Amino acid sequence: MPIAYIQRTRERYAKFPPYKWSHNTDAPWAPLPRPIKDCRVALLSSGGFYLPGQAPFGDNDLSHRLIPKEANLADLRVYHHGFRDSDADRDANCVFPLDRLRELEAAGVIGELAESAVSFVVSYSARRDVQERSPAIVAELRRMGVAAALCVPV
Amino acid sequence: MSSAWDITASVRPPRAVFLDFPLNHQTGKAGEPDLQRRILLDAFRAFEALWAPGQMLTLPYVWDPNDRSWEETDWGPGFEPYGVGSSMQEGFGERALRRAAPTPA
Repeated sequence: MPIAYIQRTRERYAKFPPYKWSHNTDAPWAPLPRPIKDCRVALLSSGGFYLPGQAPFGDNDLSHRLIPKEANLADLRVYHHGFRDSDADRDANCVFPLDRLRELEAAGVIGELAESAVSFVVSYSARRDVQERSPAIVAELRRMGVAAALCVPV
Repeated sequence: MSSAWDITASVRPPRAVFLDFPLNHQTGKAGEPDLQRRILLDAFRAFEALWAPGQMLTLPYVWDPNDRSWEETDWGPGFEPYGVGSSMQEGFGERALRRAAPTPA
């Protein structure tokens, strides 16, 4: 039986104003244009990952960072406050699987890994996510010619 | 890639795969590249297999067949993510991965 995370979050933050969960009655749809072995695929993460030399994220930050596909996961830094990250410390592939995706690219499982992964961090406004952050990320994915995005929310 | 079935069902992304693992292990266990690879292979198959908006495929992997205690504690009372003290609004910041041990005084 899956864990009731919404209920646990309500209980955990009972002292704070209730979080307004996104509740969508419909799901958007974008057909896969070609078999995944012929697609350029991007990794999309809300884990707050960034690299030395990039600006750190901040609280309620709507910006994003581009993590080059050849990045060394040992160099990653993270800014996130709801994240038990000891396992990601040991092996970030458990939530940011760049090493595995490079291997799957080499094996021909995916056509190509996009030039960069896109990383961002939690915000508290679904409206601003949709109206401000999402268009910027979609523009990055389009610029990179991405046909499919693998999103790992944190 | 979801490990929070209820949140994903509420958000309704175009396609999702659900892995009943503790949060932040949606692509597998740390240090187990074979498992990580299998999970990603399943996810990529799902890109082609899921045919209608909002479908969520449950993957068959089990975190620990002999110990399900994590299900009681993950994100429950007393669960302590990094950097979070008594208030969610303070005490977090940037840090380098692979430097989990506190810096000695």
